[in-house]
Amino acid sequence: MNRAASILFRLMVAVLFCSFNVSLLRAQAQAPATPSAAGPQASQAPADKDKEKAKAEDEEDGNPFAPEPAPALPPGMTGSNVNDPRYDLKPGMYDAGETAMGMKHLALYKKPDAFQLGSDDPDSPKVQKTLGQLGIGMAAKMPKPIQLVIAQLAFANSDIAFQGNHLFLGNFYGVNIYDISNPANASLLTSMVCPGGQGDVSVYKNLLFMSVEMPNGRLDCGTQGFPSDPAPAADDKDKDAKDKKPHHPAPQKDRFRGVRIFDISDIKNPKQVAAVQTCRGSHTHTLVQDPNDKDNVYIYVSGTSFVRQAEELAGCSGEAPDKDPNTALFRIEVIKVPVAAPQNAKIVSSPRVFIDARTGAMNGLNNGGTHGKKGPEKASDSNQCHDITVYTAIGLAAGACSGNGILLDIKDPVNPKRVDAVNDPNYSYWHSASFSNDGSKVVFTDEWGGGLGARCRPNDPNKWGADAIFNLKDEKLTFANYYKMPAAQGDSKNCVAHNGSLVPVPGRDIEVQAWYQGGISVVDFTDPANPVEIAYFDRGAIDPKMLVLGGDWSAYWYNGHIYASEIARGLDVFELTPSKFLTQNELDAAKTIQVSELNVQNQQKIEWAPKLIVAKAYLDQLSRSQSLPADRISALQKAIQTAESSHMNKGKVAKLRTMAPALEKDAATAKTPADSSRLRALAQILMHPVA
Amino acid sequence: MDIVCRTRLSLIWGITLFTVPAFLVPFSSALFAQQPDPAKPSVVQPGAPGEPTKALPPYTKATLPPRSHADATFMQGMIMHHSQAVEMTALIDSHTQNKELRALGARISSSQTDEIKFMKRWLAARGESISMPMTEMSGMEMPHEMTHLMPGMLTSAQMQALRQAKDADFDRLFLAGMIQHHSGALAMVKDLFDTAGAGQDAELFDFATDVDSGQRAEIRIMQGMLQKKSEEEKQ
Repeated sequence: MNRAASILFRLMVAVLFCSFNVSLLRAQAQAPATPSAAGPQASQAPADKDKEKAKAEDEEDGNPFAPEPAPALPPGMTGSNVNDPRYDLKPGMYDAGETAMGMKHLALYKKPDAFQLGSDDPDSPKVQKTLGQLGIGMAAKMPKPIQLVIAQLAFANSDIAFQGNHLFLGNFYGVNIYDISNPANASLLTSMVCPGGQGDVSVYKNLLFMSVEMPNGRLDCGTQGFPSDPAPAADDKDKDAKDKKPHHPAPQKDRFRGVRIFDISDIKNPKQVAAVQTCRGSHTHTLVQDPNDKDNVYIYVSGTSFVRQAEELAGCSGEAPDKDPNTALFRIEVIKVPVAAPQNAKIVSSPRVFIDARTGAMNGLNNGGTHGKKGPEKASDSNQCHDITVYTAIGLAAGACSGNGILLDIKDPVNPKRVDAVNDPNYSYWHSASFSNDGSKVVFTDEWGGGLGARCRPNDPNKWGADAIFNLKDEKLTFANYYKMPAAQGDSKNCVAHNGSLVPVPGRDIEVQAWYQGGISVVDFTDPANPVEIAYFDRGAIDPKMLVLGGDWSAYWYNGHIYASEIARGLDVFELTPSKFLTQNELDAAKTIQVSELNVQNQQKIEWAPKLIVAKAYLDQLSRSQSLPADRISALQKAIQTAESSHMNKGKVAKLRTMAPALEKDAATAKTPADSSRLRALAQILMHPVA
Repeated sequence: MDIVCRTRLSLIWGITLFTVPAFLVPFSSALFAQQPDPAKPSVVQPGAPGEPTKALPPYTKATLPPRSHADATFMQGMIMHHSQAVEMTALIDSHTQNKELRALGARISSSQTDEIKFMKRWLAARGESISMPMTEMSGMEMPHEMTHLMPGMLTSAQMQALRQAKDADFDRLFLAGMIQHHSGALAMVKDLFDTAGAGQDAELFDFATDVDSGQRAEIRIMQGMLQKKSEEEKQ
């Protein structure tokens, strides 16, 4: 999530206390307003009428919290699908309706108490007692959602990193560490309180890195933030201009905005070993490894918020580049971390990644996005990167830099150089990026509305707030197509493209991706011009009458399971299940990829061992695309089966080898480049298979 | 929303923000540093770099930093500030045929209207008044010497000049005026974050950050349009 764009959170405290009874009565009086079983189309007209009526009443009430339907679709645009089962799910915090295709929800681990203001069960005696202590007389009538909406963003779950059996769940308030040895029965190991948002996390060996950007961040991880001056007394307005001396200084040496480094050798007792301050703080960061230097790692810092005062951190300036060539705008920071002495981590460069190579102007990229849009969204200035994904294996990084998508040469990791930049008329805010495993494609995301807005409503165009898939060749990006999670979502669900990772199915480009309250969507973009959804999960809105911030921030595949950080509810675990879009063999082949660490924005090359299960996955794909005659496929399947059941008997393996050359030949005439690669890869395995 | 409600709200927020932390303050670390149960999750709070990590009691609840008076003042002031932008864009239809300017105006109008709604929600949820006490009755039409203008806001003379201009003149005055206006918003955001204890509310932080980046981008667009105009006129 980044900029809170136009339609923001609708924290409902006022309504809960003031209009709740009214709304409740209204809801009862208008029973048909609840979705009927007759289907979306049949119920459209009365529902719209009710909505209008409710809207009029809300305006009368001055209810600033009522969710808003999307404006009419711009000409030539298509919206999202209201006939999808995801459109009409029952709302609820922990009892929302759920639906899935091709994946199974295994578990939800609720946010721990240390990361919530109060209990999430308003009926529990503990909450009643707390409310009593708060002096709230109408505690008994306290509507359910109240505990969920107070300052939700301050305790939002954010990004995820993995190491061995440990999962690191970032949060605006710190990090929670889980033991995921048994994903369906994970356990919380550590709640580390250390506020400052957004808590973007990475892990490398014994080091945990965490982003901090907000002014309440403290060096000592304190929750108290910083004191403010009392309001001026009402009767000395004229006087106060003269003796308005702040009691508290604004610059604070104990404030922390930047990247924290923890030693996690003792997983239940992480220790802060370094805190590298930056001018704009760290909205996100990316771990970068230098293949030629094992003693150091690097952190690319993307700061998106205000530049702090030079009185607080020397040298910080938020001036325009023509006024101050040292401005903290229009750059990223590179931190060098000596692995054996992380306390010596420091900024070693501040690359001007937006520079115009010809003129030397630092602000060389055009303002991006929003061309031709008439929605509430605004233009984005390319003076910042929001997130960067590095792919060291190909020496490139893809930067999602607010107004542009950029491509960086990172062969010298301290001095990344921009080699290409793209813009898109339908893009509002370039948010994140990922490469295909072979480096021939980049998937960017557009966080239209900042993540806090409902942007998947039936009338929201399916090219806005979507993924944009680009072909990448010779360091040039060329647009191929958009992909947006196809199901329409209600007005009270924040929904837009967000973070995802590759699913390591050999022979295909598959990404699992979070869409906030739009749930999780798994997309095959092997053919970049025709992305296809192959699995999904979604649950109902947290609340039907107001937009309560929630949904999946990140959804990542790690060693056989999908983990998703639900902003409000907790940590979700899923597994993919076989379907017509994905076979058991393909899933089993994906599960052969086991990594010891995963930081999704530090993309690692996936390499499949020449196992027979991988060969079987390719055969399933060749069968699906009908690129080999059925009799040859079954002959190959049979030969593989025989070799397997003979425990790789020499003769049976030799038989496999004889089948390879024909496949090589077929590869030359295959229908698609993907099939050609599959045939070659299959032939390779048959030449030298392992069990 | 009626007055009773608002009072009750401010009471709740006041208590939520200040009292909860007080009675949930973690007990001294010494008391809880004793043998952690390996089966139970640990709740810890690291110290500054190089300092030891504190163990917190297992029943620790989250707390929020205090909200600053400056936060509410910022929102109230920004509502007033945004309202003038909406007022300015409302002139576009009757004052110019410039397509590019019309598109830009529509975007400014809709984003600022939307943000006004957000700011009202933020204030209402915290039991704060929507408008600034001093300007509550004034509106925009007050004589300028009496109105407390937010940074960058056009004076009544400037607004008057804009109302009287047409076509190319209007375009130029509008662009220059809106650049001045937006620059004021950037100054307000800077002031907010340069104020002790301000901007620590997560929603406010996100919003102010967004105002800053959005208006910077629009300023650049408008500067470009203005430059193009003056080049065209030279030819």
